[in-house]
Amino acid sequence: MDLQVLTNSLKYIKPEIAITIVIVLIVTVDLIWQKKKTLLPWISLAGLIVTAIYVIEQFDMNASAFTANGTMGMLTADPFGAFFKIIVILASVIIVFFSLTSNEIKNVFDRHGEYYTLIFGMILGMFFMISASDLILIYVSLELVSLSSYILAGFTKQSLRNSEASLKYVIYGGVSSGIMLFGISIIYGMTGTTNLYMLNSFFQSPQFSGFVFWLACILIFAGIGFKISAAPFHFWTPDVYEGAPITITAYLSIASKAAGFALLIRFIKVTFIESVDVSGHWQLLSLIDWKSFLILISILTMTLGNFAALWQSNMKRLLAYSSIAHAGYLLLGLAVLSDQGLVAILIYFAVYAFMNLGAFFVIMLIANKIGSEEIEDYKGLGYSMPLLSFSIAVFLISLTGIPPTAGFIAKLYLFIALVDANMIAVAVIALLNTVVSLYYYIKVLKNMYFVRPEKEMPAISVSPAAFAMLMVLLIPILVFGVYFTPLVNFAKNSIALMGF
Amino acid sequence: MYSSFPILSLITFLPIIGMIIVLALPKTRGTLVKSITVFVTGLQVVLAAIILGNYNYGLGGINDASSFQFIEKFRWIDITGFSWIGQIKIDYFLGIDGLSVPMVLLTALICFIAAISSWNIDKSVKGYFALFLLLDTGMMGVFVTLDFFLFYIFWELMLLPMYFLIGIWGGPRREYAAIKFFLYTLLGSVFILLVMIGLYFSTNETLADGTKVFTFNMLSMMDSGNYTANGILSPFNPSNLRFIAYIALFIGFAIKIPMFPFHTWLPDAHVEAPTAISVILAGVLLKMGTYGILRVSYPMFPDITHQLLWYIGLFGMINIIYGALCAMAQKDFKKLIAYSSVSHMGFVMLGMASLNTLGIAGAVFQMFNHGTITAMLFLIVGVIYDRTHTRGLDDFGGLATQMPVYTGFTTVAFFAAIGLPGLSGFISEVFVFLGAFGLDMIRTLAIISTLGIVLGAGYMLWTLQRVFLGGLKEKWSGLKDLNFREYAMFIPLTAIIIFLGVYPSAMLDLMNSSVNAMVKLMSDAKVFYGSMGGGF
Repeated sequence: MDLQVLTNSLKYIKPEIAITIVIVLIVTVDLIWQKKKTLLPWISLAGLIVTAIYVIEQFDMNASAFTANGTMGMLTADPFGAFFKIIVILASVIIVFFSLTSNEIKNVFDRHGEYYTLIFGMILGMFFMISASDLILIYVSLELVSLSSYILAGFTKQSLRNSEASLKYVIYGGVSSGIMLFGISIIYGMTGTTNLYMLNSFFQSPQFSGFVFWLACILIFAGIGFKISAAPFHFWTPDVYEGAPITITAYLSIASKAAGFALLIRFIKVTFIESVDVSGHWQLLSLIDWKSFLILISILTMTLGNFAALWQSNMKRLLAYSSIAHAGYLLLGLAVLSDQGLVAILIYFAVYAFMNLGAFFVIMLIANKIGSEEIEDYKGLGYSMPLLSFSIAVFLISLTGIPPTAGFIAKLYLFIALVDANMIAVAVIALLNTVVSLYYYIKVLKNMYFVRPEKEMPAISVSPAAFAMLMVLLIPILVFGVYFTPLVNFAKNSIALMGF
Repeated sequence: MYSSFPILSLITFLPIIGMIIVLALPKTRGTLVKSITVFVTGLQVVLAAIILGNYNYGLGGINDASSFQFIEKFRWIDITGFSWIGQIKIDYFLGIDGLSVPMVLLTALICFIAAISSWNIDKSVKGYFALFLLLDTGMMGVFVTLDFFLFYIFWELMLLPMYFLIGIWGGPRREYAAIKFFLYTLLGSVFILLVMIGLYFSTNETLADGTKVFTFNMLSMMDSGNYTANGILSPFNPSNLRFIAYIALFIGFAIKIPMFPFHTWLPDAHVEAPTAISVILAGVLLKMGTYGILRVSYPMFPDITHQLLWYIGLFGMINIIYGALCAMAQKDFKKLIAYSSVSHMGFVMLGMASLNTLGIAGAVFQMFNHGTITAMLFLIVGVIYDRTHTRGLDDFGGLATQMPVYTGFTTVAFFAAIGLPGLSGFISEVFVFLGAFGLDMIRTLAIISTLGIVLGAGYMLWTLQRVFLGGLKEKWSGLKDLNFREYAMFIPLTAIIIFLGVYPSAMLDLMNSSVNAMVKLMSDAKVFYGSMGGGF
């Protein structure tokens, strides 16, 4: 790799460079002006906006960066990656605003420097995860994300649950990344390369088959499955979601899941693709039956998530299981193995970001007022906090997938993809899962509205900033529910992976 | 026939405008909120009357786009795409024919009456009427839309308001009843959704520039010529899934009717719901199930319909007998009416199963009549419950002496429900039976079903006797007869029941062309699919 290639490639990692500069800036400001920690969120926001501009540039790119001797490189810059980076940036911006209003985070004001540094560490890791096309980089970026999030999960250090969350996360994360590394080493031992594109051309030859190869793929999947909390690698999710500060919970449920999915999709499509036919269906190499495997995992994930959620009494835990269930739906979009499924995943993620962050945001606002995240304590809130209750009603209904909310459009596209691929039985299972999910989402609303407070509670108002944030999350859910053309067009134009 | 004035949009979205106004008002203006709701629903009745006045009785509709009336059509979702999956085009497509006009009239009327009957709601008034108006839009939308996607949106739109209306303003077991209603109907709608997507991938619409795109247009789905050769629900695909899809779709609609064995949500929902919501539930919501079957299942799957006619008739018969028997055993006034609803909706299904002009006309007419009669029955229960806070049939007796006017209206409604000649229920039941006797296959079912009329007379008359005749109990001696508001609810319904009883042509003429078009479509389809080798 000569210097020429190196300098040429820099233009493909502008967003990552920008994020790195922000990290340095935050650390420096935090060290020099100890008293001015209130500046940090605004530096973060400015940094995110600049990064977003660079990411938008990548929608027009389709290139491989850091190539060696004319082969494919470590990184790619393509619309698909740009889409997920936008999702990550969107989630990050919202999380920064989130942190500004969260009592939990305000209480640890002294350590705000570390907080934002770690968040940006995660963002950097996720950006690399999204665009990596080399197993080594995949592993390193995954670790970067994990290490930052282990600390963030236990960041406030205020309760036992907080530390428990962090510790559990470390243990599960350590094991699964070790397993993944083992898988990667087997692949490397068999082929002598770690580049996904090169692996693809290796695998075209019939000599690769057998149990060892299959095992290696499953091991790598385990590492990624941990990040997207797919069953049976989901065990950390409820505990970490419940114990972590709510801003981090919300962030993990969107951003790191998005990065994980981007990675999984890229890994499977680039490594195992044989051809794509005119109607957009992918023909994968017959080495390993990804389709059946993914269907199995996704049905397991969604069913387990939905049924476990039925028994939850804590809002964060409930949303943790719900996010497991949603991971199942999303995996189904990949299991279709078609461009249509990919579009469905992108739409789903865009919508999911709004509705899930919205739900967490409202939970946080409510927790700020009543100091509890238990569903039991939500009784009568519909009357004392009409706006917040209405908002969470919309978010939860959207998560269920009932029109006229955007959640319905997301599910609709998913089912369109399933029917298009003739996977009717799977579609029926997923639909029945939706019906099950209604029960626990609606349970929250039932507590809020069906129980009237004993005495007239004073109406609790929301600060203007929080109100604005709420509208930013709420309005797209309602608008995209009835007019989804822009959403779908955006997703459709973002499905191009480098090389396809 | 395109309409120059978007009257269907207006009648559908008027309640939404009302809802926004209601939400904007301060909490303390309860009376104003109620007045606005009554005004808005009243305006809907006026619009419905205008539609009726300008309706051309000669046009059939059903599967022929040119003979629908008051059509509004424009592109709503337009996604240009790649070669795969193609473009997604969804129309905002409204239009009505003889099947939908009676339902539009019914919805407007029942919502108006229900709004009046909601006047005594006193907790969270704003919330109640906002949800009420949203529900109104959802129901009206289902009856006027001709695009499957839009149909589904409206269909789902009314679930949430209904859930909250039962759950917040209902009786003691309202939480259970509300969630049961919601889960049942959502289960039904996911089946409808799946079939909708399946149909979407099986039908083509040709655009102006000659390209073919998949479509949600209901009318395109009714024409076998639009089906692709290998769509999963295409009759030309040898391994199609039409039969399974039909069952799924039918279950989706049957839950709403509600058809035995999917009826168990109904008694719970009715008993717990506030009076006005029971009125809407029985008056309009249940009709969506049968309307859906006539609008979607029949014309889109005529081949399977022919195969399964006997079963539709059978379930109709079971509904009639089972509902009547259950009604007989009830001690709760409202539950009795709820089960009588199950029984009466069975007549609709029996009429549909006969698939001839008389039967279908009888079914649609019965839908309308059941709407007015059962709405009145629930109002009757509401009146007595408001005064006494009990619904136990054995708690009453001799009310006729205390409340003579009330008893008079009740008697009319009861006799209409039994099917006494001169009242509207009689005509539709006669048509249903004439139709059912006309089809050899279901004649036996029809004969057994006549038992339902006897049973119906049994439980209705027995109720009349238990509640209104005999000696008056001491504690009820202070009961007052109807007030002005209650007169305003009962008089229009009674007038319609009597008017349609003596002059049924007013309604039958309205639907006649469409019913004939439907029968023709079904018999043409029989020939068509018969020639394709499908055995009936």
